[in-house]
Amino acid sequence: MAKFEYAPAPESRSIVSLRESYGLFINGEFTPGADGRAFKTISPATEEVLAEVTEAGPADVDRAVNAARKAYEHAWSAMPGRERAKYLFRIARIIQERARELAVLESLDNGKPIRESRDVDIPLVAAHFFYHAGWADKLEYAGYGPAPRPLGVTGQVIPWNFPLLMLAWKIAPALACGNTVVLKPAETTPLTALAFAEICQQADLPPGVVNIVTGAGETGRALVEHPGVDKVAFTGSTEVGKQIARACAPTRKKVTLELGGKAANIVFEDAPVDQAVEGIVNGIFFNQGHVCCAGSRLLVQESVYAEVLASLRRRLATLRLGDPLDKNTDVGAINSAAQLAKIRELSEVGEAEGAQRWSPPCELPVKGFWFPPTLFTGVSQAHRIAREEIFGPVLSVLTFRTPAEAVEKANNTPYGLSAGVWTEKGSLILWMASRLRAGVVWANTFNKFDPTSPFGGYKESGYGREGGRHGLEAYLDV
Amino acid sequence: MSAPAQAVGDLRGFLHGLPGVDRVGAEARAAMLASRSIKTTAKQWALDTAISMIDLTTLEGQDTPGKVRALCAKAQRPDPADPTAPMVAAVCVYPDLAHVAAAELKGGGVHVASVATAFPSGRTSLEVKLADARYAVSAGADEVDMVIDRGAFLAGDYQLVFDEIAAVKDACADAHLKVILETGELVTLDNVRRASWLAMLAGADFIKTSTGKVTPAATLPVTLVMLEAVRDFRDIHGRQVGVKPAGGIRTAKDAIRYLVLVNETAGEDWLDPRWFRLGASSLLNDLLMQRTKMMTGRYSGPDYFTVD
Repeated sequence: MAKFEYAPAPESRSIVSLRESYGLFINGEFTPGADGRAFKTISPATEEVLAEVTEAGPADVDRAVNAARKAYEHAWSAMPGRERAKYLFRIARIIQERARELAVLESLDNGKPIRESRDVDIPLVAAHFFYHAGWADKLEYAGYGPAPRPLGVTGQVIPWNFPLLMLAWKIAPALACGNTVVLKPAETTPLTALAFAEICQQADLPPGVVNIVTGAGETGRALVEHPGVDKVAFTGSTEVGKQIARACAPTRKKVTLELGGKAANIVFEDAPVDQAVEGIVNGIFFNQGHVCCAGSRLLVQESVYAEVLASLRRRLATLRLGDPLDKNTDVGAINSAAQLAKIRELSEVGEAEGAQRWSPPCELPVKGFWFPPTLFTGVSQAHRIAREEIFGPVLSVLTFRTPAEAVEKANNTPYGLSAGVWTEKGSLILWMASRLRAGVVWANTFNKFDPTSPFGGYKESGYGREGGRHGLEAYLDV
Repeated sequence: MSAPAQAVGDLRGFLHGLPGVDRVGAEARAAMLASRSIKTTAKQWALDTAISMIDLTTLEGQDTPGKVRALCAKAQRPDPADPTAPMVAAVCVYPDLAHVAAAELKGGGVHVASVATAFPSGRTSLEVKLADARYAVSAGADEVDMVIDRGAFLAGDYQLVFDEIAAVKDACADAHLKVILETGELVTLDNVRRASWLAMLAGADFIKTSTGKVTPAATLPVTLVMLEAVRDFRDIHGRQVGVKPAGGIRTAKDAIRYLVLVNETAGEDWLDPRWFRLGASSLLNDLLMQRTKMMTGRYSGPDYFTVD
């Protein structure tokens, strides 16, 4: 028994009032689906059913796209930017007011620790709306010509790892630029998107400007392939991203894709070791590794390999895994049974291919979907765990000897979303950053996000940027 | 990190070869740990543990024997209304009052700590510093809190600082030596790490953040770096060194944050008054007030706790 055993400190659920079932949010109101199909969303930490959610069919998607079209033509695109800004500011403030509720809801539905949803996700969601509210009346100064036009109706499909944050990344710039939106949240995490629909009502957003259609892959396909959609924005797996690119290629639709990653976190011998270890932990165990830009490949300079690995193991032993609503939890639940199966499968492959697997002593809850923080050492570039995106709390550790070798190994992947460089030498950071083929290169930090900073990928990690001035381009006719 | 040699060049080389500290990262880690939520049974344990780690301190020009006696009484029985409240670790005074504290605390389990070596500035000759330390020990101090020569440290004269600490350690004989780094004057976390290692290599039993006379005094990031240093030092040299943040720790909430920092940085081996101390004065009353609140469910006013 530990000397200092932290007593359970659960955040109260009472702030969240869940309905038994949710309709689709179309044209400013919740409406039932055309064919009455529904699915359940559960808490991945307990497998408890949280609510029943409508599954939108093609007829529902059609209704949503038409509502968005009408709102685009009659209300939103003609509205002066300064008026659109008022709505965005209002939404941002309501998000801040309801921050605790949204954080609890996000942790319930997604399984992520409340500390993360409270301190990272929700504040960033509000920040994205505030930031883009500021752009709405300044688009002529964004560098896309004197009067950049919106694209029209945008169809947006988002993943389950940062449900409300990904919604904000998509909706805030779309609205700021004068587009209207039909958004499909992931089937395992629809609740905060539906709460956002309520916020749109609360903010008196004109009906049809934002529509939320819930459902799984088929609903997403119906949305992406709908002829009334002018622009498709997708965040998710590379596999689905390719399907979307194929589907949109013969059409007039513009597409931005933010897909998978297999980021290298590169630690040089002169790195600040304790902070580098924190950065490694934050890079791969933040959000249970369900992060497209996760630092899933650790590249350590051989001369400090033993030291870094020992520190890392010691640090992993202090990670607190368990109830996502406990304020002291560091690692929450895996989002779904399917994702857990995938993580298990790839971890077994890692062992079978000869890498050494290690996890700290760690008791997993009986119910729900859980996977311990895991390290693989003795990994080579050829191993599947060094090449495929695992999207879980699994870190592959590799070594290098020279900066050139680090660059070569880091870039030797079909992906290119992010990378991390740890060194106290400023010139080496710049040398590395100019050679790494990744959309974001973090120096002496990892997984830091800001609405002013563009985010997006190279190669199979997708195209288009989100955030910052660059992110506006995806929602303007330029 | 290899074992250091004592030659001037090697000591400098060793200290400058320590891994750097990234301030942004260290502050982020300290802030994250400060957000831990310590409730119910954990809070009860933490409050009592924090009380038992206090070096109850009075270091004023106007200190009197009477005030020191009062402090000693409080140290041994912090809550007159509740004998289950633990004793503090030590009473910390100026050397000329050490004999008063020693007489009051004799055989009771609370240690006598005395500052020495021209506290707080440390600006005098080595002879005077050594005499100061010997005087404190002869007056009954179990623990000596010395200050380092920050001027020499900042000028890169590490050997001078090392030799002084070693000499004072020698002068202290059996008394425990706490080395005050005065981190508020060292400014950078790289300096804090180097000074920590320097003090440990020179024989410190404890490393302590501050005199309390310089702002900023103890902070969470500084203490984080010092806890990392004692952890790494034990890994290499097999000797455990204690840590004492001092100055500016006034509330129970602050104290609990320090305990969390210890728990998740150096580890639970340091969660013991022998290895972790809190240099404070007004902190004790807040801990007692929170303790009473935990036990009775009610807050009583400050009038129910003794002033020093």
